[in-house]
Amino acid sequence: MDYNLMREFADSWGLVAMALFFVGAVAFAFRPGSRGQADEAARIPLKDD
Amino acid sequence: MKFGTEIVALGLFAFAALVAAGFGVDEPFRQHMWVLFIVLVGFTVVLLRNTSFARAAAVDPSAYMDGPIRYGAIATMFWGVVGMLVGVVIALQLAYPDLNIQPWLNFGRLRPLHTSAVVFAFGGNALLCTSLYVVQRTSRARLFGGGLAWFVFWGYQLFIVMAATGYLLGITESREYAEPEWYVDIWLTIVWVAYLILFLGTILKRKEPHIYVANWFYLSFIVTIAMLHVVNNLSMPASFLGSKSYSAFSGVQDALTQWWYGHNAVGFFLTAGFLGMMYYFVPKQANRPVYSYRLSIIHFWALIFLYIWAGPHHLHYTALPDWAQTLGMVFSIMLWMPSWGGMINGLMTLSGAWDKLRTDPIIRMMVMAIAFYGMSTFEGPMMSIKAVNSLSHYTDWTIGHVHSGALGWVGMISFGAIYYMVPKLWNRDRLYSLRLVTWHFWLATLGIVVYAAVMWVSGIMQGLMWREYDEQGFLVYSFAETVAAMHPYYVMRAIGGAMYLSGALIMAWNVTMTILGHQREEEPMPGSVPALQPAE
Repeated sequence: MDYNLMREFADSWGLVAMALFFVGAVAFAFRPGSRGQADEAARIPLKDD
Repeated sequence: MKFGTEIVALGLFAFAALVAAGFGVDEPFRQHMWVLFIVLVGFTVVLLRNTSFARAAAVDPSAYMDGPIRYGAIATMFWGVVGMLVGVVIALQLAYPDLNIQPWLNFGRLRPLHTSAVVFAFGGNALLCTSLYVVQRTSRARLFGGGLAWFVFWGYQLFIVMAATGYLLGITESREYAEPEWYVDIWLTIVWVAYLILFLGTILKRKEPHIYVANWFYLSFIVTIAMLHVVNNLSMPASFLGSKSYSAFSGVQDALTQWWYGHNAVGFFLTAGFLGMMYYFVPKQANRPVYSYRLSIIHFWALIFLYIWAGPHHLHYTALPDWAQTLGMVFSIMLWMPSWGGMINGLMTLSGAWDKLRTDPIIRMMVMAIAFYGMSTFEGPMMSIKAVNSLSHYTDWTIGHVHSGALGWVGMISFGAIYYMVPKLWNRDRLYSLRLVTWHFWLATLGIVVYAAVMWVSGIMQGLMWREYDEQGFLVYSFAETVAAMHPYYVMRAIGGAMYLSGALIMAWNVTMTILGHQREEEPMPGSVPALQPAE
């Protein structure tokens, strides 16, 4: 495994995998029905002293 | 026996330091080991004087462990004042070179002392104590691992002392923000892994099902700093009893490794960690939930995915391949979006409660911090554009940019968090004085404005003078002429820094008096108490 092979992997499959993960994370955050859960999570610090 | 294991371990560790002081192959290493020996013996004596053979009281497993956090808050204040004082000293050294006291206190040795003291000692302790405060309260769980938090706290202070004394003795790896030599690096790695176990263990035993977003930011900071620290410091010591080591990388690879580390120290130490602080303490102080929790999640992932690629913008127009420079520039510009998303999220948390800006100087401090976060994350991407960088690089403009981020964002959000935490940690009704917080706020804000504005003028002048050619193609100015032209700005910069330092001294006084349990008799902040209506 040399530099060129790693470089080629990084700017093809590596890039695709990371981009998909990011898009997935955004889609998950905005999935239908997430608003209620998010509002509840936002109140976590205020529940406790 | 209380502290039994600790005393034995410290004694053995001190003995090892003594042996190393005797057999060290170079003079700075021997001196450094004497420092280590004295510190460890001192610590052992303190523990011996506080030991007891009585059975220790049982620990309430549901109560939060706040001891290390109290120590951390004090350490933050102490190192903050030290680091800022050294900053003012080196600013004056630049203006008046006679102040360079050879060899221990010259600019070359004090400058890394300043950067490490403010970033790792002040900022690091602020992150350490707030992260442990936040993770317990948002997980509703006691810190994991019994005394592990104490090991992390004291181990980190030992790292700071060894790094700082090493610089003054002339021991350095010459890597920006990572100057400590190999043996201090190894010690920090041990402490940092313990910190990771402590933080992660507390999250794993949480009673709150959801992991609050502040903890995501703190965890990403801890994990990424571990990775950056280990890779950047891969090196081979010339001797296992010597203070010199050689990097595993050479040439441009070494340069890129250093700036991959250096920029992500900014991204994950000075940004992600302090964003964790913002996402907890701003909602707490404003008593309102964060504006958009879903935006905070996008903020997190976008920041994580983009920041790690931005480092090459420190190496524009160098031997670094052109594609890598462009990559660094493009990712830096893309960082605009998550940074501003986060800034808007922090500021809008106050929507509907903007009146608090008038009545609550702590909120004012936090809002100023977020505003500076926005400003410096706007300036940074702009400076990473190659055409702008050709003017700004190597000039004081960069120094001004770093300080608007460090003094404005990192400093102010930490001050806000400490002001919030201290009365709670010591069970006081309120701070000693809110008026003094206002004084601190204005001194700090004006100090930053003076500093940043002066460095813009000086940096752009410096850049323009360097690139000024006459009609025959000769450079117009010699380097010494540009230095002479900057003298007035250097003096003004020292004044800006001194204002910021005096604000921090006021804070140290205020925090000390709060801890001692005093309350200053003073008029309440205007608007904070509803005006009494006359009876009809």
